[in-house]
Amino acid sequence: MQEPELRIVDEELEKLLKEMARLYRYDFTAYSRESLKRRINRVLLLKKIPSIAELHYQVTTDPDFFAYLVEQITVNVTEMFRNPAFFHTLRQEVFPILAQEPFIRIWHAGCSTGEEVYSLAILLQEANLLNRTLLYGTDLNPHVLQQAKSGLFHVANLKTYSENYLQSGGTSSLSDYYTVRYNQALFSDELRQRMVFSVHNLVSDQSFNEFNLILCRNVLIYFNRDLQDRVFNLFTESLPAGGILALGAKETLVHSTSKDAYTYLNREQKIWMKSGSASYAGKKI
Amino acid sequence: MQERKFEFIVIGGSAGSIGVAIQMIPALSGRFQVPILFVLHRNASSSSGFLSDILQPRTPLRIKEAEEKEKICPGTVYVAPADYHLLVETDFTFSLDASEKVHYSRPSIDVTFESLAAHYGEKLLGILLTGANADGARGMAEIARAGGLTIAQNPATAEVPTMPQAAINTGMVHHVFSTSEIISFLNDLVD
Repeated sequence: MQEPELRIVDEELEKLLKEMARLYRYDFTAYSRESLKRRINRVLLLKKIPSIAELHYQVTTDPDFFAYLVEQITVNVTEMFRNPAFFHTLRQEVFPILAQEPFIRIWHAGCSTGEEVYSLAILLQEANLLNRTLLYGTDLNPHVLQQAKSGLFHVANLKTYSENYLQSGGTSSLSDYYTVRYNQALFSDELRQRMVFSVHNLVSDQSFNEFNLILCRNVLIYFNRDLQDRVFNLFTESLPAGGILALGAKETLVHSTSKDAYTYLNREQKIWMKSGSASYAGKKI
Repeated sequence: MQERKFEFIVIGGSAGSIGVAIQMIPALSGRFQVPILFVLHRNASSSSGFLSDILQPRTPLRIKEAEEKEKICPGTVYVAPADYHLLVETDFTFSLDASEKVHYSRPSIDVTFESLAAHYGEKLLGILLTGANADGARGMAEIARAGGLTIAQNPATAEVPTMPQAAINTGMVHHVFSTSEIISFLNDLVD
């Protein structure tokens, strides 16, 4: 990005976001502005679009271009076992709680291309929990979900992922879970059979199930406080008492209106448990 | 002594810069009111409290990691968290961004400098320290273009000269100072 950047005028950006919400029902008006501006600037440079006015025209007249813009302005940077210490904590402190459930539902909210879903499936497999678990991966962006469903990941990242896997407490070798074809690693059917991917927009969609564990990492940093509160409410509705919520390393519940509904399970790794008497005790036979 | 009034000071650096920060922070006047932000390249997994743990006992200024949506306060030395880009919003709060690395770096100095330049303009002082890549050069130029003041650590005295030299090569650096000259310059802002 060495070309001089256009300075996006705030009013133009607001107008564009409102029009996108009206025309396509994708509402980005509660997203943090500076990150959005960077992403939009990037699209302007990549597509050699000279002004926001021109971008506005293309967005409103070409649904395909709008779909492309959504892909570009949402951040889809993810990796397997990102922050290995977090996965290690899940294994040590959260899996024993999940293990008390006859059936386990997990929601990865904002899963992007699915790396985190595969990571967790692998660890669940090693804890003998995968066969009674369903992992739901959702994102607002259908394109990344296609990628997630395919189970294909580029081989260039596998070395890092293998190291992360071992640091997460993996008990075998990451290569046991995939086969390499050309430059892609195809992850096993056994993992993929336990996954469901579908479009869900945290801005506008409702709770769709009850989950024992919800992971939403590095998604809320892009939302303003009101939208964060909405999403926390959605999570609270989707968790039973004793259900677990995991956020990104720099995200927190403590400023939200929902904070009283939770207690810390692991403060350092940003893992909370919904308060109230745990329902799983009653379900045990 | 300085005529200019700054409202924000940002200091970027890479290889060798943590040593400079450890030298600088305890040497700053305790009456420093302008918020200062350090954006230093380091390991993604490096602990957030590292600098504040070492330095808090040695300065009356408050040292803390910049948090998402935190309001920028006077008398505070902020440190950008590892593995996120740090931005500043129109309402002078911090925001975080986990998008692609820039110059193989997250946090990227360019990203933060450019965001600050857009909001603080001539009230911004940008300082670039030692480092082994060219991150920060573009951000320094942007600060200068927006009317702010730019200081690069003297490459001759920097542990790794690449980073300050790249900024100087843009022609947009106003002063080239050694570490002790940077400290005196900053403390002169208080008097």
